[in-house]
Amino acid sequence: MSNQYSEIALNGLWKQNPGVVQLLGLCPTLAVTTSAVNGLSLGLATALVMACANGTVSPVRKLVPDEIRVPVFILVIAALVTVIDLLIHGFALPLHKVLGIFIPLIVVNCIVLARVESFAAKSEPAPSIFDGLMMGLGLTAVLTILGGMRELVGKGTLFSGLDLALGPQFKHYVITVIPDYHGFLLAILPPGAFLGLACLVAYRNWAESHDTQSQANLSLKPDH
Amino acid sequence: MNDIIKNARKDALTLVAFAAVFTLVMAFVYQITKAPIEKSEAEARMALFAQIIPPNIHDNDVLKDAITIAPSPLLGNKQPTIANRARLNNQPQAIILEAIAPDGYSGDIKLLIAIKYDGSVSGVRVLTHKETPGLGDYIEIAKNDWIKLFDGESLTQTNDAGWKVKKDGGKFDYMAGATITPRAVVKAVHKALQYFEANKAQLFAEGAKPNE
Repeated sequence: MSNQYSEIALNGLWKQNPGVVQLLGLCPTLAVTTSAVNGLSLGLATALVMACANGTVSPVRKLVPDEIRVPVFILVIAALVTVIDLLIHGFALPLHKVLGIFIPLIVVNCIVLARVESFAAKSEPAPSIFDGLMMGLGLTAVLTILGGMRELVGKGTLFSGLDLALGPQFKHYVITVIPDYHGFLLAILPPGAFLGLACLVAYRNWAESHDTQSQANLSLKPDH
Repeated sequence: MNDIIKNARKDALTLVAFAAVFTLVMAFVYQITKAPIEKSEAEARMALFAQIIPPNIHDNDVLKDAITIAPSPLLGNKQPTIANRARLNNQPQAIILEAIAPDGYSGDIKLLIAIKYDGSVSGVRVLTHKETPGLGDYIEIAKNDWIKLFDGESLTQTNDAGWKVKKDGGKFDYMAGATITPRAVVKAVHKALQYFEANKAQLFAEGAKPNE
């Protein structure tokens, strides 16, 4: 059992990472990641939606006829996103200002539907929730790193806007890495998102092939 | 044939059941978040108002003392907007107008302009804009103090020729690299002051709807 969970975690965070392997959900990935805090916040919101969506669909999966499963899943996801949007709006207004229009966009983020369809519709509730959470956290990691890269290159700071998301007392956690930096606009504008994501995908592929090679070298089997 | 109808009925009923259940869930959450959302929106608006109208010059509830004003070319808007009024002992002190600068570098710049009863600017803040990050966004108070240049300005203090950026022969500073953005903001504030002068009496009248 624990084996199953560690595999789910490994899949979500590395092997099948939604951001750099499955390349699903690029709309928010590219749009929101102008700073590390934006990426992190939307990533966590998406992870929450994914865990809830998987957790809702899995228990009722046998009630849903195959032909209408997609409309039902989308209905569930849209309702959950609306609920989370309302909750954030009501109880964390500054965060709502930062994420703004991107929260409703989680509905059309295909990674949510993809996990519901390919995992939750076939599995027990507990592993399904865990899968949604891990996939979401995998996406969060990519969004945060990409946001951090773009922010660092584009504005010379890290974690700017933390005070907006968490409260003014967090203002001094904002790190100015390069003082008196005039900014490199390309990184903040949309092309920067594509270039940054390309670097991350390239790194992921390099690390993976490096890994398989060293494993192959270690293996004593002659046919490897 | 019977099978098809049976299946279709089952599918339809399932879909309806799911829709009903989740509509209920959403309605419930909407109900419990409605009050907090309204409260936090009002608080955020009040905090913004406090930035442009000193709290000590009024004793009324600025949020409640609001009138709807018709769109005007001088305000740059096409929809009616809400104007909030500040009073002290029932004497009018200032009004907060919403104006749109339609000629920014990329789309409308929405401004909140507070004008004192004597016709001077109490403060200006940018509500929304789509200017280039890092270039034109210094009009935001979070990025730069530029927007405070307007504090205390008025039509009497600066003549019409002065209501331009320095590059165009006016008196307002701007930053190299972005002239279009400040030019649009200066123009919008100037026109809002003209609107105020033309409609001053109606703007402070109780519940009145001033003409264009």
